[in-house]
Amino acid sequence: MSHTTLPVFRQRGLPWLLLLPQLTVTLLFFIWPAGQAVWQSFWMEDAFGLSTEFVGFDNYRQLLTDPAYYRSLWTTLIFSAGVTLLSMGLSLLLAAMADQVVRGARFYRNLLIWPYAVAPAIAGVLWLFLFHPTVGVLAYLLDCLGIDWNHFLRGDQALLLVVIAAAWKQISYNFLFFLAGLQAIPASLHEAAAIDGAGPLRRFYSITFPLLSPTTFFLLVVNLVYAFFDTFGIIHAVTQGGPGDTTTTLVYKVYRDGFIGLDLGGSAAQSVLLMLLVGALTVVQFRFIERKVQY
Amino acid sequence: MIRRTLGLVLAAALSSQAQAATEIEWWHAMGGELGEKVNAIADGFNKSQNEYLLKPVFKGNYTETMTAAVAAFRAHQQPHIVQVFEVGTASMMAAEGAVYPTWELMRDAGVTFDPNDYLSAVTGYYSSDDGKMLSMPFNSSTPVLYYNKTALDQVHAEPPKTWEEMGQVGQKLIDAGYKCGFTTGWQSWVQLENFSARHDQPFASNNNGFSGLDTELTFNGAAQVKHIDQLAQWQKSGIFSYGGRRSDSAPTFYSGECAMYMGSSASYAGVKNNAGFAFGVAPLPYWKSLIDTPKNTIIGGATLWTLRGHPQADYKGVAEFFNYLSSPAVQSDWHQFTGYLPITHAAADLTRQQGFYERNPGTDVAIRQMTAGQPSANSKGLRLGNFVQIRDIINEELETVWSGNSSAQEALDRAAERGNKLLRKFERSNG
Repeated sequence: MSHTTLPVFRQRGLPWLLLLPQLTVTLLFFIWPAGQAVWQSFWMEDAFGLSTEFVGFDNYRQLLTDPAYYRSLWTTLIFSAGVTLLSMGLSLLLAAMADQVVRGARFYRNLLIWPYAVAPAIAGVLWLFLFHPTVGVLAYLLDCLGIDWNHFLRGDQALLLVVIAAAWKQISYNFLFFLAGLQAIPASLHEAAAIDGAGPLRRFYSITFPLLSPTTFFLLVVNLVYAFFDTFGIIHAVTQGGPGDTTTTLVYKVYRDGFIGLDLGGSAAQSVLLMLLVGALTVVQFRFIERKVQY
Repeated sequence: MIRRTLGLVLAAALSSQAQAATEIEWWHAMGGELGEKVNAIADGFNKSQNEYLLKPVFKGNYTETMTAAVAAFRAHQQPHIVQVFEVGTASMMAAEGAVYPTWELMRDAGVTFDPNDYLSAVTGYYSSDDGKMLSMPFNSSTPVLYYNKTALDQVHAEPPKTWEEMGQVGQKLIDAGYKCGFTTGWQSWVQLENFSARHDQPFASNNNGFSGLDTELTFNGAAQVKHIDQLAQWQKSGIFSYGGRRSDSAPTFYSGECAMYMGSSASYAGVKNNAGFAFGVAPLPYWKSLIDTPKNTIIGGATLWTLRGHPQADYKGVAEFFNYLSSPAVQSDWHQFTGYLPITHAAADLTRQQGFYERNPGTDVAIRQMTAGQPSANSKGLRLGNFVQIRDIINEELETVWSGNSSAQEALDRAAERGNKLLRKFERSNG
């Protein structure tokens, strides 16, 4: 065992100075607004802020006794699981295939990365046009197959549509990381396994998948956070939370109650709960799933 | 490039002129052609005098405009005038310190103003319980029935006056091979709010919310349940077809798929531009079995609210503008161009004298339907807190009926129960 000395700053101020920009950004754009949300969640006020009343945990109590909130929670869980599984599964498949392409690899790769540059709202509108019950091309094809597609009326179809749109948007990102992960696996391992007589599927499960696990774990966290928070634009463009409240995820509900309903206290309480939920989810992931990850 | 330079020069010239005049800001939600018309009205006002300069600002859709104004008020950056849609009325009314009531504004500014000049069916929605006008009506519409003349002629049917006839005509259309008899836009507004008004049924207690905040929703009454239940049955046979919460179903009428469409009277221009067939306009049907003479329908659309917090001198300009806006020439032009209702009797008379209704048959249906008879407590309008979300809830619950997941009674009961919670919340934060 060799002793390595950690580099140490001579002055005490310098590390703080170097940290300052990051700390300022965090404080200004995270801690402060988050603190305001916590503060606001204890108040009930009218839209114009003319009368405010301290209500303690009333906003929370109302939320937790509201069946609509649990429905929204359930929708969010299904939506997030769907988006994460679909986009990670497809990206892994695409990355594994792209990894083997020799000619024109860069061309394919660029094509696959492309969707990442599309803004969420535009991605939503694209899928909306494809599946629009009256003018959509895919809706028409489905109709020819005897499937009555009307996501304005059918909640399951609407949820499926936003899952597809949100997953499609995230495939490029996952693809990039999976591809990089795959390329980092030494070819010698595969060759050795092949010599031992392992087929391509066996090699994938016994070698590729375990060695990819750090990437997969990282992407799992990122994708869940994406599905929870960054899919607002897509949902807003495609379904606006409907039909019924079948596609109203927690984030969309925060927007709807806060910005359309102007119920700032209730909306703030929802944000706080959402923050706690995602925090808890990440802790669980690191505690239980990370143990199975082989670095 | 030259154009841009010219534009800058022009803007500079205008702003130097503006320094002399008091600026009045008007936030509105009228995009596209309507937005251009709003600019034209502002131009007209600015040219008519040189003390005030009215600046219209487009702020997005109704919800966005209202939210923007509320946020601006909290930051003390509010405009003088903001256009708010009818469902925002209760929120605006409850904000007593923020809103400058129109009657008070006109009195303080010394501008001649007679509330009786205005259509009571329009102002009723925006007046206090003792009849004082709180906001200035601007664009109001009411639902009517558009029908495809060719299709109805084909099955030898007249446009249905009653819902009973609607069932028969619809069946004839289906028998003749049509996929859909009729469809509706804005289901809550047309099939529940206006339905209740037209059949003299309360939508909510407390005179539909006009006389108190402790209002309970009553739209799950027998009449409404019967109607929604009938629509659900018709939805199965194709006589009725649901096509979305707003005016999403209008294209199915334009394409000839649905022979009739219930929507806003302000859609007249849109229907005229898009329908490739002869069409007509008829009043909204009523159930003969529920009422002999139907009541007036109620309005949708938006009004102009004045926000406090500016120097008193500015408000004289706001009052002058409201006066200009209500003048027969401006109003009748706006009415004829957009299909929104004329807000004054004089504007309606002028339009009639000009022969507009004869040249454009059907454009007077809305105003006749709105002004027929005296409004009752049930047909004066609606004043509900958190109405935006309540409408969402109604939309959600009605959709469960159309998809066959719940009965009309279950859905309307649930909608009323959920809506009441929001009313209690509003009562608490505004009481």
